[in-house]
Amino acid sequence: MEGILNTLTNFISADFRTAVPLLLCALGLVFSERAGIVNIAAEGLMLIAAVSAAIGSAYLGPWGGALLAGVSGLAGALIFAFFTITLRANQIVVGTAFNIFAAGLSVTLNRRFLSGMTVTGYSLRPIPGLSQLPILGDLLFNWQLLVYLTFLAVPLLQFMLYRSNLGLKIRATGEQPRACDSVGIKVNRVRTGVVLFSGILAGLAGSYVSLGQASTFIEGMVAGKGFMALAVCVFGNYTPIGALGAALLFGAADALKYRLLTTALGSYYQFLNMLPYAITVVSLMFLSRHSNKPAASGKPYIKE
Amino acid sequence: MKQNAKQFRFSSGLKQLLLPLFSLVLALALGYLTMLLMGYDATKAYQSLWQGIFGSTNAIAESLVQTTPLIFTAVSYALAFKAGLINLGGEGQLYMGAVWGSVLGSRLSGLPTWLHWGVIFAAAFAGGAIWGAISGLLKVRFKASELITTIMLNYIALEWVSFCVTNLPFKDQTAGAAPRMPAVADNVKLSLLLPRTRLHSGFLLALLALLLYYLFMWRTTKGYELRVSGQNPNAALYAGMPVKTNAVLAFGLAGGMAGLGGIINILGLQYFLTEGFASGLGFSGVAVALLGNSQPLGILLAAFLFGALNAGGIRMQTAAAVPSAMISMIQGIIIFFAVSPYLFTWLWTRLRPDQSSRSQTLQAPPSSAAISLAIAPDQRKSEPEEKR
Repeated sequence: MEGILNTLTNFISADFRTAVPLLLCALGLVFSERAGIVNIAAEGLMLIAAVSAAIGSAYLGPWGGALLAGVSGLAGALIFAFFTITLRANQIVVGTAFNIFAAGLSVTLNRRFLSGMTVTGYSLRPIPGLSQLPILGDLLFNWQLLVYLTFLAVPLLQFMLYRSNLGLKIRATGEQPRACDSVGIKVNRVRTGVVLFSGILAGLAGSYVSLGQASTFIEGMVAGKGFMALAVCVFGNYTPIGALGAALLFGAADALKYRLLTTALGSYYQFLNMLPYAITVVSLMFLSRHSNKPAASGKPYIKE
Repeated sequence: MKQNAKQFRFSSGLKQLLLPLFSLVLALALGYLTMLLMGYDATKAYQSLWQGIFGSTNAIAESLVQTTPLIFTAVSYALAFKAGLINLGGEGQLYMGAVWGSVLGSRLSGLPTWLHWGVIFAAAFAGGAIWGAISGLLKVRFKASELITTIMLNYIALEWVSFCVTNLPFKDQTAGAAPRMPAVADNVKLSLLLPRTRLHSGFLLALLALLLYYLFMWRTTKGYELRVSGQNPNAALYAGMPVKTNAVLAFGLAGGMAGLGGIINILGLQYFLTEGFASGLGFSGVAVALLGNSQPLGILLAAFLFGALNAGGIRMQTAAAVPSAMISMIQGIIIFFAVSPYLFTWLWTRLRPDQSSRSQTLQAPPSSAAISLAIAPDQRKSEPEEKR
């Protein structure tokens, strides 16, 4: 009994650890997708933020890391917004270019500022009282601050998207930009706003990769997590709650991978590594038919 | 009238060159600034970059060596793009082609060289094509976004390569060899074009691939069908074209092209497959195709630019101690500006002091350029001819 319970809690905490950055980034993407912006630059944003977080942490401590990650996410999103919204360039194209840009920048920053530095990771913040609970305490109430915030953000953002005026504006911008314009909603301003918001979230998500899952930056460590966040957003049917479910599912695939690594299958670890990516592909097969995908997705809005 | 049309064409051709050139200059300037800010010797970096590109026969040869695979991955993206599809899976397709090509390149023996080559290229093409067609099938059958599936298949292919170089029956069993697949047979290795350099005849094959891309896309019925699907899917459907089959076909051909790029780098350069031997080529190919506007000549010029920057970047790293990754950053910036034709109009309206004209220009519909990426670059070209 004890053994099974232990296995289960280990599995779930591994699941959470993987799910958090995917979820955090996907929450931002849900908002930008709903406003009609396809942001495949998320991968690059996370990558730049991961290295910025490590640099911030090495020179100023973990809080500095979080701050720098958020700022770098914001700055990256500003670049993306300038080209896609102000200059109306194709979003996928700019996103791809941004990822190439980010791959170069992150390596350069790493070599310049991080060689020989020690990076401090985010520290665990057990919630007084609750963390003392048997089993559940350690599982749910002994995490880094960012993890609590991520899970708290889900209902909050769900409420905002569906029950607030701003949420309505955002959704309308993605569905019927021209109609929005005619009732005085500044379409491009709303879109810029959500892109910047999703940039900050992608930045924090990136910081969790370098400061939460590890306490160091390794080149290429984001390894498709930004793209997976995009898949989480699609598989979660473009809602925050859906993204939570999808992220936990992807996290479970990853946790399963780590469990199987210690078994006889471990010598074929490459196939286990394929699991999260394969599950992403398979999940898209089932959910793409009835989707909340906005009508104006990916199309720049041109005021007449 | 005829004269007029010619003039228009000339100026639009010039415009097509002007924006990439402007982007290059701007990107180099921003790169220079970044290096200064980071405390690198930027002047020395660019000097060594130049040396690494044009400094010697060897440097020029090396630039062309880097150009070769980019042409293939760029054609891969461009072919799908012309058919209205987005193929971000060039890297995975390239690796799959390289794996199957090198299996047949190393295992078969005793065949006449020309037949052996044929088998290798067919296997590499098929390897890439199948990997590409999966995304096509998922798209037409399940409406799964190819944006995500192609990228996920890249990661799966990378893991497969990692398996092949470390496990039987694929790995090289030479004692003490680093993880890799066995070397291809000596007779199928591609010959050198220039002695004492690494420039191999694969470069000529890349030019041939460009020519085939042109002939297929612009001179065959299937190519025409694909381009119609890309420009106006509804028209293609209405005209009774097999849109879904065509999408899978386009993805297959695109994947095959990337696969050929993979095996040619092995036959001409590496001789055996190692993990990560082509890292980054897929996305660079996307960038090259975008910069070259998916046109054969444009791709050639853009591939040379990116190949040269890659080659020069290696020199920059050794001579000026600036990480060669800086080159990726500059390449990203080039694309930012090169795909934003509206930039000029935007800058113009900002720079003009006259406010009234500013608001007027802003309200004008964006020049055809702004939507050209979404719709059809050739449409613009055909306009003056119709007027004539």
